[in-house]
Amino acid sequence: MTRKRAAVAWGVVGVLAVMVIWELYKFLGPAEGFVIGAIADQRGSGVMILPRAHDRAMPHIWDMVARLFQSTSGGDTPPLIVPVLTAALTTLGIAAVGWLIGVTVGALLGMVMQRWRLAEWGLLPWIVVSQTVPLIAFAPLLASIGTQIDRAGTIPWPQWLSVAVIASYLSFFPVAVGVLRGLEAPDRIHLDLMRTYAAGYWPTLVRLRLPAAVPHLLPALRLAAANAVVGAVVAEVSIGMRGGIGRMLIQLAGQASSDPAAPWGPTFGSIALGLVAAGSVALVGVGLKNYRRGEATA
Amino acid sequence: MRLRTRPFFRRGLTVASVAAISAIALAACSAPAATPDPGSSDFVPITSIKLQLQWLPQAQFAGYYVALDKGYFADEGFDTVDIIPSGGDIVPQDALVAGDVDFAVAWVPKVLGTLEATGAELTDIAQVFQKSGTLQVSFKGDGVSSVADFQGKRIGSWGFGNEWEIFAAMAAEGLDASSVSITTQDFSMNALLDGDVDAAQAMTYNEWAQILEVINPATGKLYQPEDFDVVSYQDTAGAMLQDAIWADTARLDDPAYADATVRFLKAITKGWLYARDNPEEAASITYNAAINAEAAFPVGPVHQEWQMNEVNKLIWTGGDFGIIDPAAWDKTVKGALSAVNQDGLHLITAEPAASAYSNTYMQQALDALKADGVDVSGGYTPINVVLTEGGQ
Repeated sequence: MTRKRAAVAWGVVGVLAVMVIWELYKFLGPAEGFVIGAIADQRGSGVMILPRAHDRAMPHIWDMVARLFQSTSGGDTPPLIVPVLTAALTTLGIAAVGWLIGVTVGALLGMVMQRWRLAEWGLLPWIVVSQTVPLIAFAPLLASIGTQIDRAGTIPWPQWLSVAVIASYLSFFPVAVGVLRGLEAPDRIHLDLMRTYAAGYWPTLVRLRLPAAVPHLLPALRLAAANAVVGAVVAEVSIGMRGGIGRMLIQLAGQASSDPAAPWGPTFGSIALGLVAAGSVALVGVGLKNYRRGEATA
Repeated sequence: MRLRTRPFFRRGLTVASVAAISAIALAACSAPAATPDPGSSDFVPITSIKLQLQWLPQAQFAGYYVALDKGYFADEGFDTVDIIPSGGDIVPQDALVAGDVDFAVAWVPKVLGTLEATGAELTDIAQVFQKSGTLQVSFKGDGVSSVADFQGKRIGSWGFGNEWEIFAAMAAEGLDASSVSITTQDFSMNALLDGDVDAAQAMTYNEWAQILEVINPATGKLYQPEDFDVVSYQDTAGAMLQDAIWADTARLDDPAYADATVRFLKAITKGWLYARDNPEEAASITYNAAINAEAAFPVGPVHQEWQMNEVNKLIWTGGDFGIIDPAAWDKTVKGALSAVNQDGLHLITAEPAASAYSNTYMQQALDALKADGVDVSGGYTPINVVLTEGGQ
C-alpha cells in the first residue's frame, strides 16, 4: 500500500471511529445524563458530567444523514443539504476574504517584528493579548462601526465585510507568530555567509529568510484558515448576519425540540467547511514543496 | 536561539503599530432622514415604503404579506412596499429611528425601553396584537400553575427584551430574582423537556406549538396540552402589549408621511381581515414568502397554520382592528415601570411621552374603510389545527 492510500484509509478509519463512539455512547450512555451534586426537588441543580443520550440530544447518525435529504421546511422546499451547501459556500467566501486580510496583516507584522527588535517588544504582547478579547463582545462593536461607515455613504461597507474583518482578527495571529519564528529560523552560519557576500536586508530576506520560513509558514497558514472559519461562523452568529452557515445553525437550533436532526445539517456543513478551508491551504504547500524540509507540525 | 545579523534600529518605529487602528474610528455620524417642510399643504404622495419586521417571515406577520400578495398596498397607491425581515441583526425601532425604514413592527415594552434610553421619539400608530401571547409552560404536577408558584422555582426566560412580562408579573406578586431563579433559555424547548427548568417561556403561536410537535416518550404520541400547566401572562398583572406598528413621531407632522401612514394602515387592516377570514390561505401565503426569503428556514406549513390561528386570536378580540386600548397601554407602562430584571435593571424609570401612542391615524384608516363598507371589527372563530411531529 502506498503512503497516500494509507493516509486515506486512516482518514476513513478516523471518521468511522467517531461514528462508532457516537452510537456506542448513545447505546450505553444514560438517556437523561449523569448529574452529580443535584439537590432533590431543585430542577437544573448539580453538574452534568455525562451528557444526555436520548434522541433529542443525540440523534442517530442515520437520522441526521436522512434529514439532510428531507425537505428543509416541509412542503416543496429543497432538501436540507441544498441550503446547507449554499450557506457553507457563503461562509467559505467570507472566511477566505478574512484569511487573506489576516495573512497580509500577520505577515507584515511578523516581518516588522523580525526587522526591529523594539517592534517585537512593543507589538508581540499586544498581539497575544488581542487573542484574549472575547469575539462575541468585539463582533457587534465592529459590526456597528461598519454600519456607521456604510450609512455615512462614502465607503460601502456590507455586513459580510464586518464578518470577514472579525475572521481576520483570529487568523492574523498564527501568521504573525509563524512569520516571526520562520524568518528567525536560518542558522547563524547561513546568515554569516550572507554577510560575507555583503548582502543587505532585502537580499537576505528573499534568498535566505523567506525560503527558510516556509516550514513555519505553512502550518501557520493552515491554522489561520481554520481560525478564519471559526471567526466567520462566530461573527455571523453574534451579529446575526443571514445567509451563512453560522446563522443557519442558530436558526435550526431553535427548532431542535421538534426537529432534533435538523441543526446537525449545518453542523456537518461547518465541519466540511473547515476541512475544505484547511485543504485549500495544502495546495499552497504543493507549490512550495522544495522548501518544506523539516516542517513543524500544527 | 535568537540570532541577529544587525543591531536594531530606532527609526520609524512609532508609526507602524498605531496607523491601522486610528483609521477605523473615523466615521461616526449617520445621515438623518430628510426633514419635510411642515408649512406646505400640497404634497407628493409617498408611493414607496419600507416596513421593518422584528423577526423572519412567519405567520406572525401574515397580514403584511397578505396585503402585499393581494395587492392591498397597490390599491392604496403604493408602487413598492419592502417588507424587511430581521434575523436579530436589525432592531426594528433602531432601524426606524435611523430612518432606514418608514414603519416598524415591534413589541411595546421593547420600544418604550429604547425611547427612554436613547431619547428618540416614535409613535405606536396601530396595536395589531391586542393581547399578550406569552406563556410560562410547565409539566402538570410540578406545581407551577400561577405566577405565585414561581417562588423557589427555576424559571426559563429568553432575555433580549422578551422577559419583561415575567418580571412585571413577579413584581405584582412581590417576587423578584432573589426569590425566583431565572435561567436564560434558548429558543428550543429542550430546557423544559429535559427538566433543566421548572417552567419555560413560550409564545402561544410558536414555542407552545413546538412542544406539542414533540413525541412524548411515555405515550409514543405527541405531547398534549393536558400534559402541561400553562400560565398565560395575559391573565396576570404583567401583561404587556406586543406587536404594534411604529412610526417616526417627527415625520408624522409631514402631511405626505401622515397620508402614507393612513393608507398603509388601511392596507394592512385589509390584509389582517383577509387573514382572519382565510387563515389557511394566509398561512400558506406567508409560508411561501418565508421559503423564498433569504435564509429564513421557517418551520413547516402545519406550524404556520397553527401560528396563523393563534395570532388571529390575539388580534381579533371584539374591538376595531389596531385601536390602542388606553387601559392596556397604561397596564403595559405600569408593568414596565415595576419590572426589575435579574441584574437589578429597570426597563423604564419614567412614563413615556404622550406622543408614544396615537389612535388618530388608525381611526382615520378605519373610518375610510367603514365608509367603503368594510367591517373592521369582530371576533375570530378559531379553526382546528392538528399538529404533526416537527410541524412539517
